[in-house]
Order: sequence, then structure tokens, then C-alpha cells
Amino acid sequence: MGRPSFDQPFVIGRVASATGDVPAVSTQLELTDYLGSLKVRFSINRMKYTVDPGLYAVGHPDKDSPVLVTGNYKTSFDHVRRALHGRDVWLLVLDTKGVNVWCAAGKGAFGTNELVARINSIELPKIVGHKKVILPQLSGPGIAGYIVKQLTGFRVIYGPVEAIDIPKFIDNGLRATSEMRQKDFPITERIVLIPVEVIQSIKYVLLVAALCFLAGGLLHTADFWNKAVAGAKFGLYASMCAVVGGAMLTPLLLPWLPGKAFSMKGMAAGFLVFVVLITWWYIVYGHQLSLIQILAYLFIISSGSSFAGMNFTGCSTYTSLSGVKKEMRIAVPIQIVAVVVGFGAWVGAGFIS
Amino acid sequence: MQKLTYLKDVVTLSLNQEKCTSCGACLEVCPRNVLARNNGSVDVVDRDACIECGACALNCPFGAISVKAGVGCAMAVINSALGRKGSCCCNTDTKDYNMDKQPSSSCGC
Repeated sequence: MGRPSFDQPFVIGRVASATGDVPAVSTQLELTDYLGSLKVRFSINRMKYTVDPGLYAVGHPDKDSPVLVTGNYKTSFDHVRRALHGRDVWLLVLDTKGVNVWCAAGKGAFGTNELVARINSIELPKIVGHKKVILPQLSGPGIAGYIVKQLTGFRVIYGPVEAIDIPKFIDNGLRATSEMRQKDFPITERIVLIPVEVIQSIKYVLLVAALCFLAGGLLHTADFWNKAVAGAKFGLYASMCAVVGGAMLTPLLLPWLPGKAFSMKGMAAGFLVFVVLITWWYIVYGHQLSLIQILAYLFIISSGSSFAGMNFTGCSTYTSLSGVKKEMRIAVPIQIVAVVVGFGAWVGAGFIS
Repeated sequence: MQKLTYLKDVVTLSLNQEKCTSCGACLEVCPRNVLARNNGSVDVVDRDACIECGACALNCPFGAISVKAGVGCAMAVINSALGRKGSCCCNTDTKDYNMDKQPSSSCGC
């Protein structure tokens, strides 16, 4: 395990410790930090947005200063250092492979073994006189506090869920209030997740459009190009509406959509988009679609939106694996049937018209 | 705003009162206020809020909590069903925290 490089943009100096100089980090974020986080939110360089693992200093810590632990996803690291403005603390960064604290803990990368190995490799007992390390609360699924204590002598103290509460937590004698311990899912946290959801859906939209292009053309070989283009348009409209419903409206309107299951919420959002689409087309073009074509749109949009909404379970903060399995056992067969019926209706409509 | 909760009566969490010493380690790590201290002893007070993250069981020194821990993610369930491995958050390898034995938490990503 090497030491973190001094040649990282947020390093503003060096602080002496018992085991050598440690990089000191800025507590102010620069434009590049905000742009980096923004890019990640748009799925650019998302899995490689990292800082070097190892020990850093904030302010001028000494042997009595608190030791805070975080992961090496740069956005997490930035949140922590910004929260520590004006403080003197040691910041120990674990190698979580660029993944945020909670997900890394769930997968074991932010785990007991990594923490113990890191405490040993930086020789923490030589650097501080006390025997406490402060961890983000959401690292709990990966860390067995009592085993860390057995193996290193350091007592794990779980800090608040949010980095912004760290100063209050420290001033409060390393005690978190009940509010600091709760993970909610407010609208601001849901909105920032939308771009990645949409970008990851694009490949499905293109796939559906391509399949509808082929199906349209091959079912009407006499008029291949016209029918293929009409097919691609249908596929594009229907799947884009499904994305708007499942990947945009579902996160946005989550608490207000009906049902507890995300597949249900996604279906409701898809239905909403379907109604808007058909109404808009009716106003603009008049009676253009047959009933069976409208049904084709209804089934494809609501099932696609239901599927995309169901996938948002993985981004949400309040779903359980048992619950997801339960809803999938019911929702996935319904989604499959709805897709088949929808495409059947569309193919049928093609022959009827 | 009220706490968002997921499906009712599905989670695998259970607390063995005989092994519990009311040390409170679980109360520190639960991000959903599922557990609380009642007249000195720890109790499950909001089961349906549990997300099966496994933090309480992993941090219980007495093996008093059992839960089938995993990620509540539909794509992970699909990836597991299709046998896909590799990328992070890709599958539903559950850690079965059973009283008595501690699981090895290995990472496949």
C-alpha cells in the first residue's frame, strides 16, 4: 500500500506526522471539482473518479486530532473535505475502487479487512495517541466495528450519514443525533440521479427502434423502407415515452405515485406520459391513430416505464432485496405479457390499416 | 416529509432477545431507525423500514441479529438470474447473517 501522491490538484501543502509528511488538502472546492462531479452525474468517467487512498491532513492535525475515514470516490472525498473547513483532523481514505461509501460497504470494498490493513500500513498508532476512528455511518454494512477493535485496538465510532453533519458531530462529543443517523431520499437526491438513468436507457431506446425498423420492413417487404421507417418511429416514440415515465418521472414523483412497488409507480408514470402523448397528437393531428394503435402505445409505454421504474430500486435508499424479489415475481411476467400484447397490437394494426 | 417505506411484511430481519445484551451497537449503524431502545432493551420497532443492508447484524458482537443482507436492486436480481458477474453492484450475493456464524464478506467487484 503506497502513500497518496502530493501531486493531486486538491493538495495544498504537507503536514509532518510521526511517520513522515502527509499531504494536506484544501477544504474549498474549485470549479474543476464541481465539473468533475457534474460529469460523473452524466455518466462520464463514472467508475474512474478517484483519489489516491491513504492518509491526508486537513488543517494542522496532531496526535490528539480525530481520525475520519472515507472512501476514494472523489465526490465522497470532496464532500468530506469541504465539511471539514477550519478543522484539524486526519483523513484516512480507503481504497473503495472509486465507489461511494454505501455501495462499497454493501459490496465489502469498504470493509473490515481494508480498514484494518490501512490502519496497519499507515501505522496509525504512531500518528495519534488515542484509539478511535470515526467512520461514516453508511459504511456499517461492510465494517464489523468490534472486529476492527480486536485486530487493531482502534474503536470504531460511527459518525453521521451526511458529511455536512461531521462538525456538529465532533462538537457534540462524537455523538450523532437521531436525525443525523437517518437516511432519507429527498427530491434533490432523486433529481441528480435522473441523468445517469436516462443515459443508461438510451441503448434500450436504440435497440427497440432498430428491432421495430426491421420488424416493420420485414413484415411488409413490398413496401420495405416506408414500413421500416414507420416501425422505427413507433419504437422510438414508445420507448422514449417509457424512459420519460420510468427514468425521469418515477424518480421525480416517487412519493406521490400510487403503490409501494416501483414497478407499479413506473407503470403509473408511463400511463401519465401515454395520456399526454395521445392527447397531444389528437390536438395536433386529429384522428390519426386507430384504437388498436393506441393500445399498442399504451402497452409498450406502460410496460417499458414499469421496467425502468423497477430498475430505480437500485438507486433508491429504502428498498430491500426481499422486497425487490417479491415485486419482480409479480411485475416481470406482467411486463413481458404487456410487451408481447403491445407489439402484437402494433403488428396487427399494420396489417389492418 | 414522512419516511418513505417499501413493501410491507417482506424483510428477513429478526432479533434474538436472549442473545441481545442491549449494547446498542445496532442502533448506531441502522440508517432507517428500525431498532430502538425500549425500557432499556433493544427492540425492532419499524420492521417495514428495514432495507436489509446488514449493518446491524455485522456490527452485533453477540450474533443476536439475523438478516439475509443484500442490495435492493432489480438490475442486480436480473444480473444474478442471468449469471452475469464482474461489474460492481452487479449481483445479489447475499450475506446470510445467521446467529452464531459471521459470514466472510468477500467482494467480487
